[in-house]
Parts: sequence; structure tokens; C-alpha cells
Amino acid sequence: MTSISLPKILGGGLTPWKRRAIFLAVGFVLVVVMPASLSGFRLALLGKYLCFAIIAIGIDLAWGYGGMLTIGQGLFFGLGGYSMGMFLKLQEAGPGNLPDFMVWSGVETLPGLWKPFASPVFALAGAVLIPMVVAAALGALIFRRRVRGAYFAILTQALTLAFAILLVGQQGITGGTNGLTNVTTFVGYDLNDPVNQRSLYVLIAVCLGLVYLLGRQIVQSRYGRVLMAVRDREDRVRFLGYNPTTIKIIAFSISAGMAGLAGALFVPIVGIISPAMVGIVPSIEMVIWVALGGRGTLIGAVIGAVLVNYAKTTLSEAYPSGWLYFQGLLFVVVMAFAPRGIAGLWRMYNERFRSKKAVPSSEQMHQQPAEVTT
Amino acid sequence: MSEGQLLLEIRDLEVSFDGFKANSEVNLDVLEGELRFLIGPNGAGKTTLIDAITGLVKPSKGTITFDTRDLLQRREFEIVRLGVGRTFQKANVFEELTVVENLDLAASFRLTLPRLFRRRRSVLPEVMETLDIVGLPAYADRPAGVLSHGQKQWLEIGMLLVQNPMLLLLDEPVAGMSKSERTKTGELLQFIAQTKTLMVIEHDMDFVRRFSKKVTVLCEGRILCEGPIEEVQANPMVQEVYLGRAHDRRSQEEVTA
Repeated sequence: MTSISLPKILGGGLTPWKRRAIFLAVGFVLVVVMPASLSGFRLALLGKYLCFAIIAIGIDLAWGYGGMLTIGQGLFFGLGGYSMGMFLKLQEAGPGNLPDFMVWSGVETLPGLWKPFASPVFALAGAVLIPMVVAAALGALIFRRRVRGAYFAILTQALTLAFAILLVGQQGITGGTNGLTNVTTFVGYDLNDPVNQRSLYVLIAVCLGLVYLLGRQIVQSRYGRVLMAVRDREDRVRFLGYNPTTIKIIAFSISAGMAGLAGALFVPIVGIISPAMVGIVPSIEMVIWVALGGRGTLIGAVIGAVLVNYAKTTLSEAYPSGWLYFQGLLFVVVMAFAPRGIAGLWRMYNERFRSKKAVPSSEQMHQQPAEVTT
Repeated sequence: MSEGQLLLEIRDLEVSFDGFKANSEVNLDVLEGELRFLIGPNGAGKTTLIDAITGLVKPSKGTITFDTRDLLQRREFEIVRLGVGRTFQKANVFEELTVVENLDLAASFRLTLPRLFRRRRSVLPEVMETLDIVGLPAYADRPAGVLSHGQKQWLEIGMLLVQNPMLLLLDEPVAGMSKSERTKTGELLQFIAQTKTLMVIEHDMDFVRRFSKKVTVLCEGRILCEGPIEEVQANPMVQEVYLGRAHDRRSQEEVTA
């Protein structure tokens, strides 16, 4: 674990201006070109991928930069998603009425847990803050006891499993296995209207952009350096006068907040949130996106989430049962041949390209053996 | 700095690992401005003593008071924040970060969280100053991984210095250094001792002879004697348990190697 080198940010050779230009160009494609060229169905799918990319940035912060392998991000995604789902279902039902599934399961009064979620402020803020608070509380318990590595991963996974089981078990409150379905309006806008769909998509794309910028600010700040130092040598950092527990709690909490935000955006664009989307399997998939994209680079996490989910949709359409095998294969191949993921390939290419640039001068002088600079 | 106030006070300290007493009945006073050397054969409990002061191991008995504050109830980073810094036998710099980044990482520990979340836009004046003191300005923007062993130790000492601690505990800073590096390190320590208090664990008697004023000898977890190096060396007990054995040990090591 300690041999992981601190990653240079992807395209470390890029000047700030080039970087900004790329960011704006990608933003333009996502916000302007895509809505103009994709069908409503495809655009909603892309919106879903972008939500996943937000989760991936969070996982990358916690895992790639902080060394906390969280296989429980579904928990935070779910907390955010259910917060938003509860609010939207209540809004749809109208004041005084119960959401549809409660009527079907014979619930007669609104459960106390639901009441605060009638408030848009509570629900929207809660979608981000509840996961952050839960993560901070978990972190305070876990990190203080110096639980690390695989033990931490298993703990987060167990919590996610417990959460999913709880959701399934509380049919009357959570909608059980079905979850919260048929979300058709978003803060008063009809989601069947293509214009509203498109606006929602743009909102998601903008959120992703902001989350990316926030993540970048974090990893580039002094805090980011300390976080990476904690990842690589926690004990050493302790003797530099930092409290690693605090450093890790902050990153874990921010990562949870990002997952919560993604959940809150996911519900309106997909129209449903269910235990199957927040359990262990999706939580592991989330980590796979980041691993495939390249942990330790934020852009790698984004690319991983979008590409893997795009591939999932495309392949599932062609070979309905083949995706799982393909995903497993993809994971094995990438880990075997490009352990730093797609972003790592780019970096390898970059390094080769640069060393090639340096070679010509020595090639011209035939007497001198070419220096290998890898 | 002239020696003054009592800075570190250790009373009746005992550290045991599963019944094995790594330190026992240790009483030690370090005055402000001292450059104290801690010597003793392998396994004498020198590193354990520093571990106990810095919170890495919890003593089973005794007290450690630093600047009127009890250190035993505090965690490692809290002790650092009180002004007690240490290095380890093996240099522990962040090899992927540059020399300046390493120093900055150490220097930033007192920043408030909002300031910690800002980017580093320039090199702090204290980082520049420290870079000069430890003689690494030429390597400022090189990754610490390219430094030689000796330079890494100097960077370690720099990372300590830049935190502006009151007491520096160095664990065998010159181990594995070349002769000229040792001399340079000795001079560095003497320079630091002008404004700080230092306690240095050292094996190299030649080095101790050249740079120490006061020496504390540990043996089998206890303090054997204390005083100027000439006195200590003349002490027959020390000659027997330390100097004699150290010699044996060296020849033993040669045999096993």
C-alpha cells in the first residue's frame, strides 16, 4: 500500500491555460452540444452517468487520495437519493396526502421520519448534509481506532448491506424492495416534459463541473498534500503535528456528501431509487469505475464512471446477460495491464512521448548511445 | 542559548513490553538550551525513551513533564503541537514530494483548516530559511527521493526545525553517514543548539566526543551515569558495559555479517 507514488495530476505537463481550455471545451460539449444532439432518452442516460461521475470523484478523494477504500458509497448515495425521493414523493402527493406506495401498503398516517422531508430546504440540504454527518460520525468512530485498509473496506460494506436490508424491511416507510418509484415531478416541474428533462440534465452537468472544481481545489491545496501524506505514511504525519483522524474524517465526509448529491440528482433524472441501487453490488461497481478510470486523478474517476456505464448500457442492449462477465473481464485486464487505469495509460503515453522528444538530439549524434530515460 | 530553565523532567519512568522492562527507574532532566547526547549499547532503551516522550509508547509508571505540562495524557500530534519534535532512525521523508513541499508540509501544521484548504502559491519565508540552514537550496524543487541518505536526514532535521519546536529529539541522525556528512551534521546540531534544546541518540563515540557537552548513558533500560563526555568515558562502569561491549558487539556484527 505504501509503495503507491503520489500521483501527479493527469497531464501534469499541461499549462493552466490549456487545462482551463479543456475544462471549458468539455463543459461546452456536455452542456450545449449533448442536449442539442441527443434524444431525451439518451440524454437522461448521460445525465445518469454524470451523477455516477460525481460519486466517482468522491470515491477518488477518499480512496485515491486518502487511501480509504470505501466499498460502502451506496449508503451515502442512498441517503441522498432517498432524501430527495421522499421530498419529491411528498410533493407529488400534495399536502395532507400520502405517497402512493404507502396507500398500497395500508399506511394511514405519514411516518415521523418523512415529516421533515416535506420541506424543500431540509430535503435538499439533507441530501448532502445527512451523508456528510453520517460519514463524519462513522469516521470519528473508525479512524480514531486506527481501523485501516481491508478492515475499513469491510466495515463500510457491512454498513451498506445493513442499510439495504433496513430499506427492504421497512416496506411502509421506504417502499421496500421497490423503493421510491414513479418520480414524475422535480420541484414542481413535470419531468415528462422534454424541456424540463433537458434543464435537469444541464443542472446535473453543472453540478458535476462544480464538484470537479471543488475536488481539484481540495487535492491541490495543502490539505490535499496532507491527505496524500496520511495515505502513504499515516504514522509519520502524526509526528508532523497533524491529527490523521481529522484529516481522514474530512475527506470521507466530503466524499459522502458528493455521493449524497449524486443520489439527489439521480432520483429525478432516473425516476426511481431502490435498495438494489444502493446495496453492496452497486457500491463495488462504483469502486470499479474509479479503478478503471484511474484512481488518484479526478478526471480518471470521471472518465471511468462515464465510460463504464456507457459500455454497460450499450453492451446490455446487445447482449443482455453478458455485461457482468464483461465487467469482470475488463476489471481483470485493466488491473493486470494498466493498474493506474485509463488515466494511467494517458500518463504512460505522455511520458513516452516526452522521452521520445528528448531522443532526437542524441540520435543525431550516432556515436553516443541513446539514453533510455524511462 | 545559555542553559536555563528545566524543560523536560522525567521521573521514575518505566516502560514495559509484556513484562520486559525496556526502561525502568529513569530520571532525567533536560535544561533549556542543552545539547544532550544519549548513548548506550544496543537495546539500552534509548529509542524507547524517546518513544515514551513523544507518545508512541505508553509508560507503565512514572511521569514526563515538558515545560510544566504532563505529556503522558497526550496523543502524538498533541505532543508535537506543544513543541516536542523528533526524527526516526530511518529517514522518513516523503520521497515523491519535492524538498520544498516536504518542508511546507511540516511547516503548515499550525494552519487553521480554512487556510489549509488553500493552495500553496509561494514558498514560505521560514521554509526558505530552513532550506539554507540544512544546506539544501540546490535541491529545493527536486523530489526528496533523489537525495542521498545524508541529505534525507538533513531534510528530516529541516522538517523538524521549520516547525519551530522547543525540544528536538534526534534518533541517530548520523547513522550511515560519511565522515564529511557527519562533520556537517555535527556543525548543524551545534548551530541549532544556539536557539533550541536538543537530545540526540548516538552510537558513534567519535561523533559524541567531538560535539557533545553533556552525555547520559543508558544501559539495560536504566540510566548508568551522566556528565561531560570525559567524565563519562573515565567511568569504569561505563567502560565495562558500554565501551567494552560496544567493541565486542562490533566484532560480533562483523562475524555475523
